[in-house]
Amino acid sequence: MINALYGALESGLIYAIMALGVYLTFRILDFPDLTVDGSFVTGGAVASILMVNGTSPFLATLAGGGAGFIAGCITGVLHTKGKINPLLAGILMMIALWSINLRIMGRPNIPLLNESTLFTQGKEFWQSMPVDQWLMAPFNWLGITAFAPSTFFVIISVGVLVILFKKLLDWFLHTEAGLALRATGDNARMVKSLSANTNQHIIIGLGISNAFVAISGALIVQYNGFADVGLGIGMIIVGLASVIIGEGLFGKSSIARTTLAVVLGAIAYRLILSVALQLEFVSASDLKLITALIVTGALVVPTWWKQWRDKQERVKKQKELTKTLEQERGKDVAAASTD
Amino acid sequence: MLQLQQIEKVFYEGTPDEKTAINGLSLTLEEGDFVTVIGSNGAGKSTLLNIISGVLFPDQGLIAVDDKNVTFLPEHKRSNWIGRVFQDPMAGTAPNMSIEENLALALGRVERRGLRKGVSSKRKKQFKEWLSSFNVKLEDRLNTRVGLLSGGERQALSLLMATFTEPRILLLDEHTAALDPARAEHITNITNDVVSKHNLTTLMVTHDMEQALSMGNRLIMMDDGEIIFHANKEEKDQLTVEDLMNEFQKAKGKTMANDKALLK
Repeated sequence: MINALYGALESGLIYAIMALGVYLTFRILDFPDLTVDGSFVTGGAVASILMVNGTSPFLATLAGGGAGFIAGCITGVLHTKGKINPLLAGILMMIALWSINLRIMGRPNIPLLNESTLFTQGKEFWQSMPVDQWLMAPFNWLGITAFAPSTFFVIISVGVLVILFKKLLDWFLHTEAGLALRATGDNARMVKSLSANTNQHIIIGLGISNAFVAISGALIVQYNGFADVGLGIGMIIVGLASVIIGEGLFGKSSIARTTLAVVLGAIAYRLILSVALQLEFVSASDLKLITALIVTGALVVPTWWKQWRDKQERVKKQKELTKTLEQERGKDVAAASTD
Repeated sequence: MLQLQQIEKVFYEGTPDEKTAINGLSLTLEEGDFVTVIGSNGAGKSTLLNIISGVLFPDQGLIAVDDKNVTFLPEHKRSNWIGRVFQDPMAGTAPNMSIEENLALALGRVERRGLRKGVSSKRKKQFKEWLSSFNVKLEDRLNTRVGLLSGGERQALSLLMATFTEPRILLLDEHTAALDPARAEHITNITNDVVSKHNLTTLMVTHDMEQALSMGNRLIMMDDGEIIFHANKEEKDQLTVEDLMNEFQKAKGKTMANDKALLK
């Protein structure tokens, strides 16, 4: 159970990079981009085939991100130049990428267990330092070693990486180009009248978004130890779930706050999922159903919660008013009329 | 400055709905001209502004700004030197961004948008100064989300954003029509302020005849895509609303029963 939760935390952090990409298109550009399902695998496919052929894992991961960037840009061109509806442009790219990913990989599954990956390389370096022992000390001291993870390596290293990506996105969205990108999603007509090329913004925005997604995919295949062509199925829903859960739980008052919320949302989603899978009557095949339930819940619960609170408020005020009315005009007048 | 020659625009050509929006229109604006445009609905006023700003391309004709042919230059390239304010107060600002971010966007009209910080402290000071030189009471609310402002405030901000970078041409499309009389007057005052401050060449569409007479130095009246009446500074000073009505009647040679209501 404990190991499963730490596993969820680790993969949640890796998926957080993908969620940041989805946030960029879904919220900032107001473009529901389904390319994600394909570009996630593209990142993993490019990275793994390069690593199998001896490229350094770092460069392979970067190349994966680059491939995602190109995929996103193509979706953008389909939409802006080809005037294809955003959803359809994304779906077209998604199914095209399925075949392209198979071409890149050459087979549906590439094992990476014997390859040198970012994680195997990083781990060697990590173990040369006594950081794990320091971090383990409080657990030993409290006598709860059973609650400690076997290593903090992935959590710390990917955690730092995620913060880096979050900061990068925050910074970009506050630059002049970033402002124009945000305005494109907010009021396209206005940005055009302020001499900004909205088409270009949409294309580049989709490119950056899918680069994030593909890097996340490249990291996941290295973390899992294999690349699979089916890895990206439903990925857009995972991304949306992260964004929606994050915003619901942790707020969205500013850009920096929202990106943090998205990262935490990605982790929260993985944790909820892993807890649900621990239940006896739930089998692994129920995963998609649980995802659907989580997203529905995240969408519906805040609305209902607000409605319920507003109603409580209303009822309270009504009670006070009827009380005064009762004193002034008597019980019969004050009684609420119902059907 | 701005030159329009023989502009023609037909919508839905070859269908029963065919409509000639602009019919061989020619117009020249000199540096510093402030032209008010009046005409009933469907006269082609908005189409004219859309053609000047590049939202629409004309079927025929030529548009030149500072002796440069810009007839088919895309909108986003043209807006370097064309500022615009729309009728809808919601159209000219980005609601989910702050006032300072919106102003930074407006600044990007003339400077290439790069990876510099959008709202630097230097710019913040500049925005504050600019806003406080007009009576808009927004200078202390730079961080406020624009979506939280009232329609009048948003329209004032749109106007200041459109003029911030001193465009060569300012296009105002009934920019006070959606506001209550008090707010409309406020925006009118700011318009006069900012136009005279920078001596902007301006084209303003309006339905308000009083406004058309009181503002600017030239007036044109449009109908069916043509200019049917033109008044220069001296003629305009003598004109009354009644005169305009008569001109309209004369030019059209038909009763004004319907149009009178439309034009106030």
